[in-house]
Amino acid sequence: MKARTFMMQGNQAVAEGAIDAGCRFFAGYPITPSSEIAEYLSGRLPEVGGRFMQMEDEIAAMGAVIGASLGGMKSMTATSGPGFSLKQENIGFASMTEVPVVIVNVMRGGPSTGLPTMPSQADVMQARWGTHGDHPIIVLAPGGVREAYDLTVQAFNMSEEYRVPVILLLDEIVGHVHEKVTLPAPDELVIIDRKKPTVPPEEYLPYVADETLVPPMANFGEGYRYHVTGLVHDETGFPTNVTEEIEAQLMRLNTKLDRYEDEIIQFEETLTEDAKIGVVAYGSTARSARSALLRARDEDISAGMIRLQTIWPFPTDRIREFARQVSHIVVPELNLGQIAHEVEHAARGEAEVVRINRISGEPIHPDEILAAIKEYW
Amino acid sequence: MDYSQYLRNDKLPYIWCAGCGDRIVLKAILRAIHDLGLEKDEIAMVAGIGCSGRTAGYVDFNTLHTTHGRAITFATGLKMARPDMTVIVVSGDGDATAIGGNHLIHAARRNIDITVLVYNNHIYGMTGGQVSPTTPMGDFATTAPYGNLENTFDISGLTIAAGASFVARSAVADIKYLSNLIGQAISKKGFSLVEVMTPCYIAYGRMNEKGSAAQMILDQREEAVDVEEAKSMSPEDLQDRIVVGVLADRELPEYIATYDRVISQAQQR
Repeated sequence: MKARTFMMQGNQAVAEGAIDAGCRFFAGYPITPSSEIAEYLSGRLPEVGGRFMQMEDEIAAMGAVIGASLGGMKSMTATSGPGFSLKQENIGFASMTEVPVVIVNVMRGGPSTGLPTMPSQADVMQARWGTHGDHPIIVLAPGGVREAYDLTVQAFNMSEEYRVPVILLLDEIVGHVHEKVTLPAPDELVIIDRKKPTVPPEEYLPYVADETLVPPMANFGEGYRYHVTGLVHDETGFPTNVTEEIEAQLMRLNTKLDRYEDEIIQFEETLTEDAKIGVVAYGSTARSARSALLRARDEDISAGMIRLQTIWPFPTDRIREFARQVSHIVVPELNLGQIAHEVEHAARGEAEVVRINRISGEPIHPDEILAAIKEYW
Repeated sequence: MDYSQYLRNDKLPYIWCAGCGDRIVLKAILRAIHDLGLEKDEIAMVAGIGCSGRTAGYVDFNTLHTTHGRAITFATGLKMARPDMTVIVVSGDGDATAIGGNHLIHAARRNIDITVLVYNNHIYGMTGGQVSPTTPMGDFATTAPYGNLENTFDISGLTIAAGASFVARSAVADIKYLSNLIGQAISKKGFSLVEVMTPCYIAYGRMNEKGSAAQMILDQREEAVDVEEAKSMSPEDLQDRIVVGVLADRELPEYIATYDRVISQAQQR
């Protein structure tokens, strides 16, 4: 197969990435600005033998993708703020039971019905902490159409490898912008599938992990009859009230991603080597920041940017290092400082964090970021 | 038959209270599965939250204990991924018709080939006896100290109106009768539901002076009237009676079969 060149929007790139990653089930509910993903997959999935369902509500869509994943089909749902809120309980179920699923949230401004058609990055914290209880989660944020495709493929791979829900956070600009992209031939992609048990069914303990901390996963209907519950369970999968067993399972669950942070955490650096003033940005805001940065360089200002592709887990170590190098870190965001707070935490006072925030539905203009860079230069 | 072959015997004794009808429902399910000759590997039992939901922990199938009210949604996804599997949902009146009511009617409308067993005990048992959508008007519950103010759902009638292929109702008093209906529901292609009237002595019976647990079962047997016989009875005569039997059995397009045709069509394009 050959590489393919298209003019497409971010939402469509997510759908194509899902298909190429092996997604064969999608359940969703109409919601702006994510609906194109569902619309596109309703036509595309049957072509590859997959199935699409428009469910009765957002909660049902989240339940259905978990059920399908347990049946062995890679599965995805897509939504926006209000729907993302509704899905949270079942996202926690996927975290707790370690069922791989991908959830796309094309953000809108909130709270409540908010700003359905305008760009926002206001769900950064909800993506991390939306469901109740301590839990593992991975959150990726593409900055353009091609990257929306790439990170969707990676979202499936990470979800399968670590048995964790992966959330793709797009803002409305990344979801709707059309760009010319060349997608790789599907057979050139690295595709990771969940690790299956190698022991006979009578020896299978569904929540016993080796040193990887990720237990092998049997799909339903393959001869491994086991129990899956959202209650805290022991290594057999059945509910437990024994504190030692609770501790062991919840600590494995909550630390299993730690050892993979080097693989999970991705960011792109632009002109950081000699930077004296820094920018940390993600999604469409990073596009404005990049423009500001290049203009600053034209004026001999040594600015450099770390663009986050993985938001959670947060690249704390790299940001701390960066904070030691620069005097200020400018953090432009379409929210009131959700990542800026995390940057401050990572910087530990080594650099001053300068916030540029907007929640009016307007994107942040490069001029504003350039002005901030100049102000602190 | 040897029921233990279908049970996770190391998980016994049951969590259910003495006198609870849910134990009888479990027995009827296992008998139906045995009579149908189904393999344990090909069965998935998907449960909601509540006393009914604990059924899944005791059976030696592929079992999934989901979030409150959402069992049907998980079952729908699982069935889409594995159409070859027999997918049985166990749920209660609160789980299936209050928090999960939307999923019940839409799964029935879609007519996807899963079987839902609703344990109707007129109360939230596990949380301590709160009023449910099927608590009779005027009856007492821990959140209805002045008597229930609300009308009740007719779970079977609701599901028929929503478009299910098969709907039946039974009390737990006659296990063979119940088991036969569950077997018919599982065998039916399309969405099937069996509403099982199962007494909750501890959380509902005591508060409403319904007598002993055994008395509650016997009363349900007295109240039961066959659907054919009920047709000639007046609405007044049917008050306080439980109409049992096959309430709907019809040939309707099944969702996954229809979807399979969409896949063939899309792939020929």
